[in-house]
Amino acid sequence: MRPGRPRRLLTRGALLGIVGAFTLFSAFPFYWMLITTFKRTSDLLKRENNPFLYNEPPTLEHLRVLFVETLYGRWLFNTAFVGVLVVMITLLLALPAGYALARLTGRWGEQLGIGIFLTYLVPPTLLFIPLSRVIAVLGLQDSLWSLVLVYPSFTIPFCTWLLMGFFKAIPGDIEEAAMIDGCSRFGAFLRVVIPISVAGVLTVVIFAFTLVTQEFVYAMTFISGVRQFTVSVGVPTFLVRGDVYFWGSLMAGCFIASVPVAILYNFFVDRFIAGFTVGAIK
Amino acid sequence: MADSAVRRRGRPLVDRPGWLGAFMIAPAVLYITLIVGMPFVLALYYSVSDITAGSRSLNFVGLKNFAGIVGTGQFRTALRNTFVFAVVSQVIVLVGANVLALALMRDFRGKWLVRLLLLLPWVAPISLGTIGWLWILDSIYSVINWTLQALGLIRPNDWPMWLGIPHLAMGSVITVHVWRLLPLATIILLAGLSSIPKEIHEAARVDGAGFWRQHFRITLPLVRPIMLVALLFGLVFAFTDMIVIFVLTRGGPYDTTQVLSSLAFFTGIQGGDLATGAAIAVFLFPLLLAVAAVFLRVARRAEVA
Repeated sequence: MRPGRPRRLLTRGALLGIVGAFTLFSAFPFYWMLITTFKRTSDLLKRENNPFLYNEPPTLEHLRVLFVETLYGRWLFNTAFVGVLVVMITLLLALPAGYALARLTGRWGEQLGIGIFLTYLVPPTLLFIPLSRVIAVLGLQDSLWSLVLVYPSFTIPFCTWLLMGFFKAIPGDIEEAAMIDGCSRFGAFLRVVIPISVAGVLTVVIFAFTLVTQEFVYAMTFISGVRQFTVSVGVPTFLVRGDVYFWGSLMAGCFIASVPVAILYNFFVDRFIAGFTVGAIK
Repeated sequence: MADSAVRRRGRPLVDRPGWLGAFMIAPAVLYITLIVGMPFVLALYYSVSDITAGSRSLNFVGLKNFAGIVGTGQFRTALRNTFVFAVVSQVIVLVGANVLALALMRDFRGKWLVRLLLLLPWVAPISLGTIGWLWILDSIYSVINWTLQALGLIRPNDWPMWLGIPHLAMGSVITVHVWRLLPLATIILLAGLSSIPKEIHEAARVDGAGFWRQHFRITLPLVRPIMLVALLFGLVFAFTDMIVIFVLTRGGPYDTTQVLSSLAFFTGIQGGDLATGAAIAVFLFPLLLAVAAVFLRVARRAEVA
């Protein structure tokens, strides 16, 4: 037993070191955003100052600029607006589709399911040029509705797949019982299956919403008016202009739009991974 | 299932499982066909047409666009960069994710917080996370340079321009991409590692297999399918992403970080030459096809097992 102990300590130390180093790498940019948010510009732009410390007293000026002098608040609202609508469309289409794939369609459904999932792999970079034309023809350019229309194309495939897994895990007896009590199959789906799948629905809501906040290429292509930007496009294109960077406000804008959603997302990440890895673990 | 034959008769069409299934799945399929399938076909057609942003012309011009771009140095650089960018970043991500996932297999206090912090780069909007890096890598106020100087590793007058020197810029772009994709690969691998029954490792230990032997002979083969999934997604993201490059370097300096997707954007959307932009983007397609083929094989094998 005795010779094992120092070795175990060494292993433990090495593991902590690895985890610590990676955590630092991952989290540092966000920590840096937070620090920068409250620093005076004169403090930021002095090369001799230790950038890890507040050499001058902290300030809320950057937050004031961000919310009062830029359209940041508006962009947050736009993002939420698009997010909520896209989540609704996604649920409306992916819930029945996921249920059908789990219970009703059998063999051909399985093929179709894989086909739907594969569309998740078709990237915006391949589609944004023709879609920009389609959006123009529909008269939706520079309107948030163009994003509401296009975003479900990447939320539906993955959410259908996630929900399919969820519904498969629900025992079939539950619907059978409801159907014996006089429900139709669809009625059983609406009144029995969906209510007990709240966890799955929530996962899909969070997941779809995060995808919307992250999207950049389509928003960049379809939207040109400052008032219609989403956060992910507004901050990098409008606040980064020319040679003058408002680093304090920029970092505040990045931090505020990144971290709260991430904390929420963290609660659902296991289910999300279960969907991501498809059938690779059984 | 035995009573389904009885139930089939005398019930409305929508109550038969097959039909109801078709009705329930049709809206989703239709939506995807319209918003993904149709533009995809259009993309293929645009790449052989003479469409531009300003005009209404849409004539078939054959492979002229492809012939036009393949010869340009800009395109070749972008093609090469795409591969360098994707392959290098994915190799680093896979190795890093393996190490990190193994380390995370143990339980320790505060693990939830560590997981939250590790996941931040993946969950945060990538354009915003990249701006954080833009500030960290700033040519005048870079905190990295300040630290290096404080440690005495560089002198005040030759701070490296992380985004202004070709190979440093490529290195920076790859680093940010690794930063962004590492969490996903780690979490996927961790799920794979946790699914290996403990008895297997115990049996191996009893048989005298050390850590490395266990790792390469038992663990890695068992998580290979799931590692492949992580790799496929990583490759698709890396091959098609333009956000990191758009925010950090805009393809510069001198196109040394330009990749196919960013070049397609600058040519097609900002330059207005939709046809050429589409032709550049279509070059990504064979690649995605290969990825899809591998993915299908993995999915099928998992089904059989």
